[in-house]
Amino acid sequence: MTMEFSPENKKKLAEILSRYPTKQAALLPTLWLAQGEFGFISQETMEYVAGLLDISPAHVYGVVTFYTMFHRKPPGKYNLQVCRTLSCALRGSESLLDHLKKKLGIGENETTPDGKFSLCTVECLASCGTAPAMMVNQKYFENLDASKVDEILNGLK
Amino acid sequence: MVPSMSLILTNRVGQPESYTLQVFEKTGGYQSVKKLFSLQPNQVIDEVKNSGLRGRGGAGFSAGLKWSFVPQDTGKPVYLCVNADESEPGTFKDRLLLEDDPHQLIEGIIIACYAIRSHTAYIYIRGEFDLPCQRIRSAVAEAYAKGYLGKNIFKSGYDLDVTIHRGAGAYICGEETALLESLEGKKGQPRIKPPFPAVVGLFGSPTVINNVETLSALPFIINHGAAAYRRFGTEKSPGTKLFSVSGHVNKPGVLEKPLGYPLKDLIEKDCGGVLGGKRLKAVVPGGSSVPVLNAQDVETVKLDYESLMQHGSMLGSGGVIVLHEGVDMLWALRNLSRFYAHESCGQCTPCREGSGWVDKILVRFLREGGTSADIELLKDISNNMMGKTICVLADALAMPVLSYLKKFPEDFAAHFRGKTAQAQMHVL
Repeated sequence: MTMEFSPENKKKLAEILSRYPTKQAALLPTLWLAQGEFGFISQETMEYVAGLLDISPAHVYGVVTFYTMFHRKPPGKYNLQVCRTLSCALRGSESLLDHLKKKLGIGENETTPDGKFSLCTVECLASCGTAPAMMVNQKYFENLDASKVDEILNGLK
Repeated sequence: MVPSMSLILTNRVGQPESYTLQVFEKTGGYQSVKKLFSLQPNQVIDEVKNSGLRGRGGAGFSAGLKWSFVPQDTGKPVYLCVNADESEPGTFKDRLLLEDDPHQLIEGIIIACYAIRSHTAYIYIRGEFDLPCQRIRSAVAEAYAKGYLGKNIFKSGYDLDVTIHRGAGAYICGEETALLESLEGKKGQPRIKPPFPAVVGLFGSPTVINNVETLSALPFIINHGAAAYRRFGTEKSPGTKLFSVSGHVNKPGVLEKPLGYPLKDLIEKDCGGVLGGKRLKAVVPGGSSVPVLNAQDVETVKLDYESLMQHGSMLGSGGVIVLHEGVDMLWALRNLSRFYAHESCGQCTPCREGSGWVDKILVRFLREGGTSADIELLKDISNNMMGKTICVLADALAMPVLSYLKKFPEDFAAHFRGKTAQAQMHVL
């Protein structure tokens, strides 16, 4: 199977490329497009993106692995990312994480067998005033405690 | 006319639909743009220099002076990069400005670009900021549609394009040269300076990198003048600043205060005091990278660049993290060492290895107890990190390590081997 962007994303890519004087500068936006369409960044995706931007696959690999938000394997349907940095830790993020581990029966950087939930910790989300916080896929959930987390999980179908 | 009671940056915060062009225009938005085009770019730079506005990202460098370093005779384009990569632990003010008043930022971008004669701005926003990114995206689209951005803005003959560039999770990209590398499609690894970005920046061209909060203060300065801005704050630290208050206070949040405001009042009066009526133990006043203050410091320190410096710390990003008496400072420091070890870009040996070793030693200290030799080792590593690397991420860990050891030695001594009974004290 040859990897290719949808017509819509091809249009988006053309618009992105028009905003920068070099093709390479479009790498992060193009990787975001790719992750959006394909769900994660496989080696094949890296090669495809490298071809689109006239850069080496090795360079793309270096960039993909430098940043934390590009997934090299598919995460669960709901990726629970618990902030672990100081302000959240002061307001109970450690016990929140323990609660999630018990509730889901998985550890950090693991996915439930049904592929529904992934669990990981992340560094400061700039949600310190509403700590503790977690990000589910792209959405922030704040001022959390165990019962709120249960409620959130129940709402995720 | 300066509205007497209102402040500078947060007047629209919390108002319904404050992020829309409609509400923004109704509340005086984009007024400064008309005035702007009647001024020469150098006059704008002088006004901002005279206002004393200092960079609010953390370094506190004069914004107008930074702009004046941009050469105009290189034949290359000039770029503005907006640093919206807010990632300093304890800091969440730019997020508020992006979510609640994105047009104020765009107005500031127009002013800055006009002053430095730039026609292209990139807003580098951290990848996790989904809602802020949506808000600034819509605002940019609205501004283009209304003619505040694009070609020949209000028939001034001045063109300006703004592009939003989303990061992908890396604290280091808030460092200005790492941000440039990231924007160019590379790993976010800081560049050696000189050359400074003002001369050789994005795509090898003259570039100014300004923080969201810095730019958001510009409409006020152009509308009301440098003198009006200087009515807030102190002689050396003029204007207002956003303080993100988190940790052990009853009412955490973002507060705009004139510089020079007492830290004690911020905690006691504005944030409802220490959580649970407990005793204050420590405050990190300017984001996690700055040296820590103890309760005694908090009695007298004021929130401005000079007073914090006198107390051995820094204003930084204005991220105020409050810790009550139940916190074990060794545990708190280890939380930060994990952060810096994780976020070191790996380029410089003292930082890559130093942050990893500090973290490992602190983990061992917490789990198995430590010795006075460990304390000396931590100091030695920190001293070999400070000022020995391309950027200041190494210093940003070394400063907390040295200050926590200096101000709270008893918390480390409590973990000396043979005292393991007390090693559990990190439970909050």
